[in-house]
Amino acid sequence: MAITGLQAGITVAGLRKAFGTNVVLDGVDLDVPKGTVFALLGPNGAGKTTMVQILSTLIRADGGQALVAGHDLTSDPDAVRGAIGVTGQFSAVDNLLTGEENLRLMADLHHVPSADRQRSIRDLLHRFDLSDVAGKAAATYSGGMRRRLDLAMTLVGEPQVIFLDEPTTGLDPRSRRTMWQIIRDLVADGVTIFLTTQYLEEADALADRIAVLDHGRLVAQGTADELKQLVPGGHVRLRFADAAGLATATEALADASPDREAMTLQVPTDGSVESLRLLLDRLDANAVDVQTLSMHTPDLDDVFLTLTGSSTEPEGAPTP
Amino acid sequence: MSTMTYAAQDCATMLRRNLRHMLRYPSMTLMLVGQPIVFMLLFVFVFGGTMGAGLTGVAGGRAEYLTYITPGILLMAVASVSLGTAISVAMDMTEGIIARFRTMAIARVSVLTGHVVGALIQTVIAVAVVLAVAVLLGFRSDAGPAGWLAAVAVLGMLAFALTWFTVALGLVSKSVETASNLPMFLVLLPFLGSGFVPTESMPTGLRWFAEYQPFTPVIETVRALLLGTPIGNNAFLAVAWCTVIAMTGYVWAKRLYNRDPAR
Repeated sequence: MAITGLQAGITVAGLRKAFGTNVVLDGVDLDVPKGTVFALLGPNGAGKTTMVQILSTLIRADGGQALVAGHDLTSDPDAVRGAIGVTGQFSAVDNLLTGEENLRLMADLHHVPSADRQRSIRDLLHRFDLSDVAGKAAATYSGGMRRRLDLAMTLVGEPQVIFLDEPTTGLDPRSRRTMWQIIRDLVADGVTIFLTTQYLEEADALADRIAVLDHGRLVAQGTADELKQLVPGGHVRLRFADAAGLATATEALADASPDREAMTLQVPTDGSVESLRLLLDRLDANAVDVQTLSMHTPDLDDVFLTLTGSSTEPEGAPTP
Repeated sequence: MSTMTYAAQDCATMLRRNLRHMLRYPSMTLMLVGQPIVFMLLFVFVFGGTMGAGLTGVAGGRAEYLTYITPGILLMAVASVSLGTAISVAMDMTEGIIARFRTMAIARVSVLTGHVVGALIQTVIAVAVVLAVAVLLGFRSDAGPAGWLAAVAVLGMLAFALTWFTVALGLVSKSVETASNLPMFLVLLPFLGSGFVPTESMPTGLRWFAEYQPFTPVIETVRALLLGTPIGNNAFLAVAWCTVIAMTGYVWAKRLYNRDPAR
């Protein structure tokens, strides 16, 4: 892949990184156009955080080339640093300082002219709903507040490219929605966003393009819809009261795949009423007693499991 | 604005951050200043009577012993603050905000200089408090303003050197616990020198160590400046040692900070 400085988003070619003998990134190519959201998905240990750490100049790659906001990562890391903002997986706020002092620290380090400083800090506090707690030490903040402060700090220098490493992990559903809205507003302002996430739903909701990273390689790349086309249609899930019912149904339906643990049977379908009628007729004909039936259209979870292999526990699995 | 100006601004910003930390977390400063004072009270009031009588060349007691150990105690105050520096650097490195600093276009070394200058300010406070307590207990010096200034300069030079060294120790430590144990020897070194007893009174092996270790010439220089004892080549040795320690610490610390952080 030829690298040009024309796009001011992110361009990566052949990126490699190993820690000792453990190869974490094995030749990654990707392209994020300016002003779009790119989501990187992958199971635990796939190399997502390493990718962010390399692109944000925190660690050095072993090989390959990358342009971030038009600057070469290797030859001009300081120019890259001047153009990016990073919100990492672990909160990067100063716990002993107040919210306002944290923002002022960022403004000082970005050499924001003193005339604009107070106003821009006040705007950020207001925008991220932190005005009421601006004078309290960050150590006393809740998870959601801390994450908002973290992102507010990232925005102080008005970065062109923002890296978000699992920005909503550990947030309650409401805070997550708030964060999504903030991210959408940023994109509307022309900022390029590179995000990693555990939540496929999040990638689906936010990203223009999604890439799936597995064992250091990109196994798929495209829009959410394109990725969904990679897996065959939807399925019907039948749940049984006992093992006998499951066994009978499995015999009757040749293309079904049983799950004996969960007592369910997954039957592929194109989602049409006709195919559902046929299925029910066959169950009736074999006198199978089905407890419940549910329909599933293909979602990113299916894509994810298909692409990364179901042997590894996907990060997207919700914890009870 | 030039790069140099930006770098200086960044260092000032980081210093403000460190000073705020000291204000928000005053127990650390209190502990660092309290430690040498506790040692001083202990040595003057518990051991002082006997030790003073044993000093060669002075027919003395508690008061003379106080005079003898004050330079060593001042040095201990400097060492104590630098111990705190190792701890606060190590604590800082566990914070996510350091990773943020690394991804920003700021003068890289400013994070460390913030710690160093902050520690120097702490040292000035610690030395002043310890000296005040010594004076309250009866410490007197015939030194003029020049002598005092020179003594403070020598202590400042040592503080600068030790701080860069302990910044490196703080960076090399994998945990805050290690960082608080690793530089412990710095607080003990004045004991294994001319801080509390003349080196002539020690057995041969220890005496050799005590005479050649870096703290002894510094103690002897301060003692000469404040109390008028012969200075010999101690001032030269003190400057040489401090230069070596400062250079080593600076180069080491900078290298440790610039390497890729562990995942």
